[in-house]
Amino acid sequence: MLSRTADNLYWLSRYVERAEYLARILDATQRLSALPLAYVGASNEWESAVLTAGCATGFFKLYDEANEENVTDYLAFSTANSSSIRSCFEAARHNARAVRTALTMEMWDSINGTWLELKRYGNGPTSREEFSRFLRWVQESSLRFDGSAYRTMLRSDAYWFSRLGVYMERADNTARILDVKYHLLLPDNERVGGPLDYFQWAAILRSVSALTAYHWVYRDSLKPWLVADLLILKDELPRSLSSCYEAIVRNLDQIAGAYGRQGAAQRQARGMRTRLQNSKMDGIFQRGLHEFISEFITENNRLGGAITEQFLL
Amino acid sequence: MRIRISHATSYRYETPPKSVTQVLRLTPRNHDGQYVVNWRVEVSQDCQLHQQEGAFGNISHVFNAEGPFDELSVTVAGEVDTQDTHGIVNGAIERFPPALYLRETALTMPDPAIIDFAEATRTDAGTDTLTLLHALMMRLNAEMTFDTEPTQVETTAAEAFAGKRGVCQDGTHIFIAAARHLGVPTRYVSGHFYRENDTSAQDAGHAWAEAYVDKLGWVGFDPTNAISPTEAHVRVAVGLDYLGAAPVRGTRYGGGGETLKVTINVDQANWQTQSQSQS
Amino acid sequence: MAAAFDEMKGHDGDQVRPAYGELAQWLKEVPPDVLDYRRREAELIFRRIGITFAVYGEADATERLIPFDVIPRIMAASEWRFLEKGLTQRVNALNLFIKDVYGAREILRAGIIPEDLVFRNPAFRPEMNGQRVPHDIYVHIAGIDIIRVDADTFYVLEDNARTPSGVSYMLENREIMMRLFPELFSRHRIAPVENYPDELLASLKSVAPLTTSKEPTVVLLTPGVFNSAYYEHSFLADKLGVELVEGRDLFVKDEVVYMRTTQGPQRVDVIYRRVDDDFIDPLTFRADSILGVPGLMSAYAAGNVTLANAVGTGIADDKAVYSFMPAIVKFYLGEEPLLKNVPTWRCREEEHLKYVLDHLPELVVKEVHGSGGYGMLIGPTASKIAIEQFRAKLKAEPKNFIAQPTLALSTSPTCVEEGVAPRHVDLRPFVLTGRNGVRIVPGGLTRVALKKGSLVVNSSQGGGTKDTWVLDS
Repeated sequence: MLSRTADNLYWLSRYVERAEYLARILDATQRLSALPLAYVGASNEWESAVLTAGCATGFFKLYDEANEENVTDYLAFSTANSSSIRSCFEAARHNARAVRTALTMEMWDSINGTWLELKRYGNGPTSREEFSRFLRWVQESSLRFDGSAYRTMLRSDAYWFSRLGVYMERADNTARILDVKYHLLLPDNERVGGPLDYFQWAAILRSVSALTAYHWVYRDSLKPWLVADLLILKDELPRSLSSCYEAIVRNLDQIAGAYGRQGAAQRQARGMRTRLQNSKMDGIFQRGLHEFISEFITENNRLGGAITEQFLL
Repeated sequence: MRIRISHATSYRYETPPKSVTQVLRLTPRNHDGQYVVNWRVEVSQDCQLHQQEGAFGNISHVFNAEGPFDELSVTVAGEVDTQDTHGIVNGAIERFPPALYLRETALTMPDPAIIDFAEATRTDAGTDTLTLLHALMMRLNAEMTFDTEPTQVETTAAEAFAGKRGVCQDGTHIFIAAARHLGVPTRYVSGHFYRENDTSAQDAGHAWAEAYVDKLGWVGFDPTNAISPTEAHVRVAVGLDYLGAAPVRGTRYGGGGETLKVTINVDQANWQTQSQSQS
Repeated sequence: MAAAFDEMKGHDGDQVRPAYGELAQWLKEVPPDVLDYRRREAELIFRRIGITFAVYGEADATERLIPFDVIPRIMAASEWRFLEKGLTQRVNALNLFIKDVYGAREILRAGIIPEDLVFRNPAFRPEMNGQRVPHDIYVHIAGIDIIRVDADTFYVLEDNARTPSGVSYMLENREIMMRLFPELFSRHRIAPVENYPDELLASLKSVAPLTTSKEPTVVLLTPGVFNSAYYEHSFLADKLGVELVEGRDLFVKDEVVYMRTTQGPQRVDVIYRRVDDDFIDPLTFRADSILGVPGLMSAYAAGNVTLANAVGTGIADDKAVYSFMPAIVKFYLGEEPLLKNVPTWRCREEEHLKYVLDHLPELVVKEVHGSGGYGMLIGPTASKIAIEQFRAKLKAEPKNFIAQPTLALSTSPTCVEEGVAPRHVDLRPFVLTGRNGVRIVPGGLTRVALKKGSLVVNSSQGGGTKDTWVLDS
């Protein structure tokens, strides 16, 4: 297939996934900031949301202070922010339009419908209730698109590139949360932070939709190292780094199989998958959680570069 | 006269390109006034050079070099024996009847000012074509200031004439626009010019015009120097305008921060050396 | 101007012509509200699949639907057979003419066409001089606009030899008619058109360069999503089963064209291009073009790729060159042209100009290089002011214009506000030329002027389309 077509499919998925991630962060932040100070400490949750979304530089060019009003606007509706939910849906639809014949009718309907509906939200919600509804709608739209791709696409390279976009974006997103919040997850944190951090851990889990999953996996109360374990190493959790890389490797292998050729992207992805498989939380903590995460983000970006170089140019 | 030419075009890139494609019209051909003794074309990066003959009879080379690389240079060099033919070009390869060269192009479209200029010249010089063309050249040379102030390659005849300044390319375009308006088939010639005593820096290469005069055939007019081409002129390519005869047309895929340096040496073989350069 | 010939009722209007027998009967039977309901249903379907086109010259340049008329235009088999012969002859002559103009130039030497009309024509491409194209075919896809004035007389109004569009409407119109009016279909035997994409693909593959070793790779080159005909491009690519590429998807290395794919470079042999000459290679034509493929012309010159249509075919759809078509047909084929040319005055010639200026209120005046019905004057319906304004334009640049008598295009029954009424129509058949000759899918695109009395059928000027039925008897 044309490299440009693969590129459009890959980014279409990435943008839809990113929009959903932003909605989750905003949802978790809204909950945290609604709690009395005694439960969450004096940290600025809105600033942390901007950091987690990875767009602090752009944000602070426009605003001096991170508060509910300007953070929700910047992350959800701003056209100045190329990674706001609105910009993500617009970019997704733009990519979809360019490869319309490579999409199934269901996928097109889903993304085009989302784009049309986005207009109804105008420049932002008038109330918190409406904003909550908006965030739910974003998540549902993403689910609908993902489902339409899963249920209707031919299992060929077009599908694999589209999946690849989902998991590359997802891995980046989960890693970014860990990068901003890692200090809350250090093993000695339970003593330092005490119950104050409970809601922060819950918020982290919520932003990767893993709060319920945590209890199913560990059957234990929230413990920071287990939260880290879940997000990094547990294959069972669809948003864990490990699970994302299992999927990335699988999709890259499908492509390599169909094309009869391996490349740098496959080799690199397998390397990362192996490293995650062979890691234990103890070891990660010993070598430093922050260093591990930073390195992962760099490596993940490098893989993105390799995929682009090998297939999308 | 045996003229030795070397012409180097060098590019540097801050961000290396993925690939570069260029069309080169840098290779002269023979006619009664010039004979190419030897000539070579070299590209500094690995690639195949494909030689083709274009629609106007020019020799072109096309290459596609795959990056990444930080530098790329194209060098042509060789020797040409020339003799003075009083500006008359005989024995050149002609792929079109003269009538084609009445065709207007975007770069040579006459505006009212050029039309006035052309018609006023005809009023004074009369209708003998050769006399008229000489008058056109001399007047143009007197009215324009020719310098090496780099103009953009897309400057039109009308724009250059309005500013009364330009490089050889602009003077040639105005001459072409005016002569075509007067019904004389005229074309653009790109080439080299050997200057005996003048070492002032010039824009890449030289350019002049050729007009078709009944009974004589194609006759050269060099408005920049106010002469018809002599043995100091080496003719490389012809076209309807600069774009059709441009020494290099190229494009790159990826990369950025490109800087270009052109170095041209035109000297007499076994004679003194002069150097022209531009950066 | 005499009353127009009606496709259903002929000149006198009291007797239904045989081809329209069933339709006339059906129109009598069908209740008006059903017709109206079907019309709205058709519009809904069109809007959902997104067949729109962009309108130039309008401030908001919005995407618009071309109105679709649910009453088909019908042709008898004998009528079509005649047209088919005439079209084949005409397109053969066009191909020979273009080959000659870029080759031996015999027609210029013979003095049949003035040199300067060719050499100074913007549509002439000197860069194509002396260049052979694979199998000597230049116009692979032609759209020849035909009008009819009586039972036996067809005129060619225009030859579209560059990148004629509209074939997607021909296909979609048929599809929709079959969905909406199955019972009307079953009452006729209609020659199918849905094999057009297959014919096109076969035709394109047949003209692959001689250097192609295996099954040729065909692509469709589009300027991109912002082009007014993008829908048609993606529709056709889909039906042909070929990649829809943009300039940046292709590159040239060592005189061979490749497309960038996820499996690395893949050689391209035939490019069905919907990008104009000017933009197709920035190293040869407009240097500022970002729609083209740098170096494409070098691969073309080396004979390693086929462009359909060839570069420089515009010289054959120039309206001044058009006026020489009868002579062109005779010169190359030694035959009398089967399809008539509308008598044309070339304003570049002094005597013609004088006649035109004296008869402006009766004539249709067109720009030589215009298309889409822009920049034309229709004398009989124009206001005095408009005529005088046009007179000034004409005097300033006479060589840019031609003039023709105002012909009464035939009419065909059409669904309008008041019910069913006659409206003027033309016909654009699509003529394919491959290595094995000319193929024409029966019918084409019928365009209809929806405004009462209007003779302008262009979609950009309020025209609509109809399905065209060629009866298979």
